[in-house]
Amino acid sequence: MFTQTPLVRRKQRNEIIAKWIFGAMAVAMVVPLLLIIFHLVSRAWPLLSWDFLVTNPVGGMRRGGVWSAFLGTIYLVVMSLCISAPIGVLAAVYLNEYARDSWFTRIINLAVVNLAGVPSIVHALFGLGAFVIFAGMGRSILAASLTLAIMTLPVIIASTKESLAAVPVSFREACWNVGASRWQTIRRIVLPNSISGILTGVILQVSRTAGETAPIMFTGAVFFKKIPEGDLFAYNLRDQCMALSMHLYTVTTQVTNAPEALPYAIAVILLATVLFANALSISLRVYLRSRKKW
Amino acid sequence: MVMTADSPGKKIEVDGLRLRYGAKEVIHGISFHVEPHEIFAIIGPAQSGKTSLLRCINRTIEFTAGTRVGGKVLVDGEDVQQVKSVYELRRRIGMVAPLPVGLPLSIYDNVAFAPRAAGVRGKDDLDGLIERCLRQAALWDEVKDRLDSLGTKLSGGQQQRLTIARALSHQPEVLCLDEFSIAIDPVTTMRIEDVLKELKNEMTIILVTNLVQQARRLASRTMFLWNGNIVEVDRNEVIFSDAPASKHTLDYVNGIFG
Ligand SMILES: Nc1ncnc2c1ncn2[C@@H]1O[C@H](COP(=O)(O)OP(=O)(O)OP(=O)(O)O)[C@@H](O)[C@H]1O
Ligand SMILES: [Mg+2]
Repeated sequence: MFTQTPLVRRKQRNEIIAKWIFGAMAVAMVVPLLLIIFHLVSRAWPLLSWDFLVTNPVGGMRRGGVWSAFLGTIYLVVMSLCISAPIGVLAAVYLNEYARDSWFTRIINLAVVNLAGVPSIVHALFGLGAFVIFAGMGRSILAASLTLAIMTLPVIIASTKESLAAVPVSFREACWNVGASRWQTIRRIVLPNSISGILTGVILQVSRTAGETAPIMFTGAVFFKKIPEGDLFAYNLRDQCMALSMHLYTVTTQVTNAPEALPYAIAVILLATVLFANALSISLRVYLRSRKKW
Repeated sequence: MVMTADSPGKKIEVDGLRLRYGAKEVIHGISFHVEPHEIFAIIGPAQSGKTSLLRCINRTIEFTAGTRVGGKVLVDGEDVQQVKSVYELRRRIGMVAPLPVGLPLSIYDNVAFAPRAAGVRGKDDLDGLIERCLRQAALWDEVKDRLDSLGTKLSGGQQQRLTIARALSHQPEVLCLDEFSIAIDPVTTMRIEDVLKELKNEMTIILVTNLVQQARRLASRTMFLWNGNIVEVDRNEVIFSDAPASKHTLDYVNGIFG
């Protein structure tokens, strides 16, 4: 009945070729990541231990662990997201749900897009001028977090706007038709159905904030600082802090005779922190997706 | 039946209504009225402004940027531009869109959405109201055992009836249906048509339809709208007779329009 015409055969062949090419690309993406992880972990192996995580660096940073840097990074990430996430999400809700298309909103949108592309060193200089010097905060966790927040804000606004826009307009119209206000519509329909995308966008910024060195170098991070070990509240917002990214930079460029495994071990901790945040974001997304309602 | 001195027997009065999207005018100053407790049909080819007209009545046209409305729409003699609360106005006018929209909520919450937004909280009040609306929309028997399942998971025809139930949930005085039957099968359509004949006793119905026969079956009066102008508005006996006032009407009604 179904004889194969040459056309059908060609189609099938193309289908198979396409499948292999796309598959190969997907593998090509994963292989370097696995190689990086394998390389880092194997080099860092002699130093990796729980103690490495929870002890301060000692002996001119050649021995000991990364505790003060690890905790500093956590502080910076959490603080900066606590500032940028609420502001970013509210701004995105305004831009996507309330703002009319006018020159004013166009300028805001343009600013958002362009700010997202500004190099981090520029944010660093802005943070130095605005927060450290002008606002008189001095070099501190607060100033560094604000700088990081300014850096992540446009990206959070953009990703939140995208998640909001993914909720069909017909849902909003159905709500308006029955006399719901814009806010009622947002609270009951739009936010509950975009929250997974919004949270994912926010959590993805963890890796960015944890990885950046430039913005914190001038605004609040120091080469070395000793803090009580095992105390999660060891830093004060007015303090300067160490940070993993900066610590890695210091150890590789400024410290002579450091054990060979040390930079790799620091990198592994940094990477693990970031991957942990990403895994959290992915599982959150999977969980919220499973409850998706349309 | 509400009657005011200056608009006796007019539930809705449209007076010189104009509508522009940006620079393009799509409704060119039309005037007509809708009587209380009638089914008033609006027919006309695509793009003639039927949907836009309905959106002017409940003022959801305001959600589209760059629109400009001229002239007047009166509901019970009251200018819709002057009403105290636009949300209250929208609750007085039920609106059923062409494509069914189940909100991503449970079936129960879909119908309870509007009363809740209006501040009704009591569980007993809501339960009774929701059963009544679902019954009126001919959906109750199919969903009464799974009111907590998702409205978006219903079939297209069921979602359309859910939309109707939602439009009834805020107990409107006027029910506007915009091509409600394009997504549903003829049997369901007939059931809803029967529902509409019942509902007519409680409210005024404006029926936008592409099916000329549907207008003929249901309406007492019909308006033929074409490119933002009224060609003719009259009792069905005239519109669907051999000799309506306009030749265009005769052609359109008989399907030889072009
Ligand atoms: N949001 C909009 N922006 C710009 N123009 C619009 C918009 N909505 C509708 N129009 C225009 O207004 C005119 C009337 O459209 P409308 O949707 O009211 O027609 P309709 O009679 O409902 O058509 P249909 O039978 O296809 O539903 C059309 O020319 C359309 O292009
Ligand atoms: Mg239409």
